[in-house]
Amino acid sequence: MTATAPRSTTERAPLPLDVAAVRADFPILGRTVRDGKPLVYLDSGATSQKPRQVLDAERWFYENVNAAPHRGAHALAEEATEAYEAARATIASFIGGQPDEVVFTRNSTESINLVAYAMSNAATAKEPEFRRYAVGQGDEVVVTEMEHHANLVPWQQLCERTGATLRWLGLTDDGRLDLSDLDTVVNERTKLVTVTQQSNILGTMPPLQPIIDRAHEVGALVMVDGAQSVPHQPVDVAALGADFLVFSGHKMLGPTGVGVLWGRAEVLAALPPFLTGGSMIEVVRMEGSTFAPPPQRFEAGVPMTAQVVGLAAACDYLTGLGMENVLAHEEALTEYALAELQAVPGVTVIGPVDTVARGGAISFTVEGIHPHDVGQVLDDQGIAVRVGHHCAWPVVRRYGVPATTRATFYVHTGYDDVDALVEGVRHAQRFFGVDAPEEA
Amino acid sequence: MKLQDMYQEIILDHYRNPHGRGLREPFDAEVHHVNPTCGDEVTLRVKVDGDTLTDVSYEGMGCSISQASVSAMYDLVVGRSVQDALATGDDFMKLMQAKGDQAVADELEDSLEDAVAFAGVSKYPARIKCALMSWMALKDASARAWGGPAA
Repeated sequence: MTATAPRSTTERAPLPLDVAAVRADFPILGRTVRDGKPLVYLDSGATSQKPRQVLDAERWFYENVNAAPHRGAHALAEEATEAYEAARATIASFIGGQPDEVVFTRNSTESINLVAYAMSNAATAKEPEFRRYAVGQGDEVVVTEMEHHANLVPWQQLCERTGATLRWLGLTDDGRLDLSDLDTVVNERTKLVTVTQQSNILGTMPPLQPIIDRAHEVGALVMVDGAQSVPHQPVDVAALGADFLVFSGHKMLGPTGVGVLWGRAEVLAALPPFLTGGSMIEVVRMEGSTFAPPPQRFEAGVPMTAQVVGLAAACDYLTGLGMENVLAHEEALTEYALAELQAVPGVTVIGPVDTVARGGAISFTVEGIHPHDVGQVLDDQGIAVRVGHHCAWPVVRRYGVPATTRATFYVHTGYDDVDALVEGVRHAQRFFGVDAPEEA
Repeated sequence: MKLQDMYQEIILDHYRNPHGRGLREPFDAEVHHVNPTCGDEVTLRVKVDGDTLTDVSYEGMGCSISQASVSAMYDLVVGRSVQDALATGDDFMKLMQAKGDQAVADELEDSLEDAVAFAGVSKYPARIKCALMSWMALKDASARAWGGPAA
């Protein structure tokens, strides 16, 4: 068998980012895997690789100013506090928010849980001012069918704890959010609506404005899951108009262990704490305690200071590239990849097949080969993709597939990476003998 | 090439033409196992007569490794005593923990027959659970049948 892939005829739009220059900033991209194959990293949607600038920032913190922030009065404690709060300002500015509206958490998952637990804690808060967003029997929480488990399970649990009802917006056959019943699903009983800004499995960017407008019309809070959007497109909380935005540092070139909950100042002020302990208090007596204003109220314990400093460096790095360029870069790659993948007989893209309101997460199936096996053959060629249900089990169920193979792009991805993916898929078809089904 | 080590021809044969597939009556216990990281599923029934496994029937969806594994298991355990079947399961577990060590595979060849072909899978930690899922389901179902209606 001497079959070789036909040379691509898809047009390659000029890429806004200088891929070679960007790649030089990422030490890990220089390594090989599986017996010397160059690494083709197409799994940034799971976690991103880190540029040297981020690694240097963390190292700088530990080597120069390491101390617990907001405690003690020695020189290092002051400098560590300064570094931590300067990083908060940088990160706030990256999303167009105010520093005191930025709460540091472990990741998006924890940010979402923070709000979910604060809303159930509100029901039993002894302070009347913390009861404003209490959720209970007769209330409703609205999610969508395309949410990551992180933006679904915490809300199922909130409803189980409080007796509230979970409702959701469904999906259309072409991978979009179905807004046809928005006005009935979101109604006077709705306390909170939460929706992803970019699906981690379908790539879909749902229209947020009508959802936010409807939620606010009925007096509900709105959370936007930015785990897959903040790393890949310009996001401005002032323009967005939501009440909460959550995102993870590790998906946007930053360190693991740091995430963000952005909350509108007046909303955060009315929420009781989730985790309690040191540094989130105002006054502590044996009989009871009072709490600090946000963001400290939601940051119990010594925080992930070096990681916050690293995340600020990641924001600076992305700002240097320009988030409009990052978005345009991935859009060009996505358009190319969608055309190239769909040109392979047997490949079906799960999700929108055009680049309208769509990010760079491309899920697909290959006829006759289970996604795990596709992923294994790709891995053997040094290509890292994700396989499985991508923590969005209801989505794969909705589209009647057991799992998908998913490629995701980022600032260091070039056309060569997409070509490697497409050739890898063809190789998997040859390996499993499904490249010429009509001859079987 | 490593990939062929895992995807032995015998594994692909079981995947393409599974043995004993389909859920059958009568049965003494039915279990449903899933692999929560990837969504692979198997529904497995056992029929026990005295201490003999007279039938193991199954339906499932998943990758080639998980589907071939249940097919090879069917060949190995039906008609054997429950104790022998579970001991074979222990051997399969040993094979999965061998990290590709050929000596371990050689030692287990008599016990595992076709299933020794899964030795290559043990070099890929992420795939071991695919191969083990059906054996875990068998262990679970056997335990339930043991306490269930005696044949």
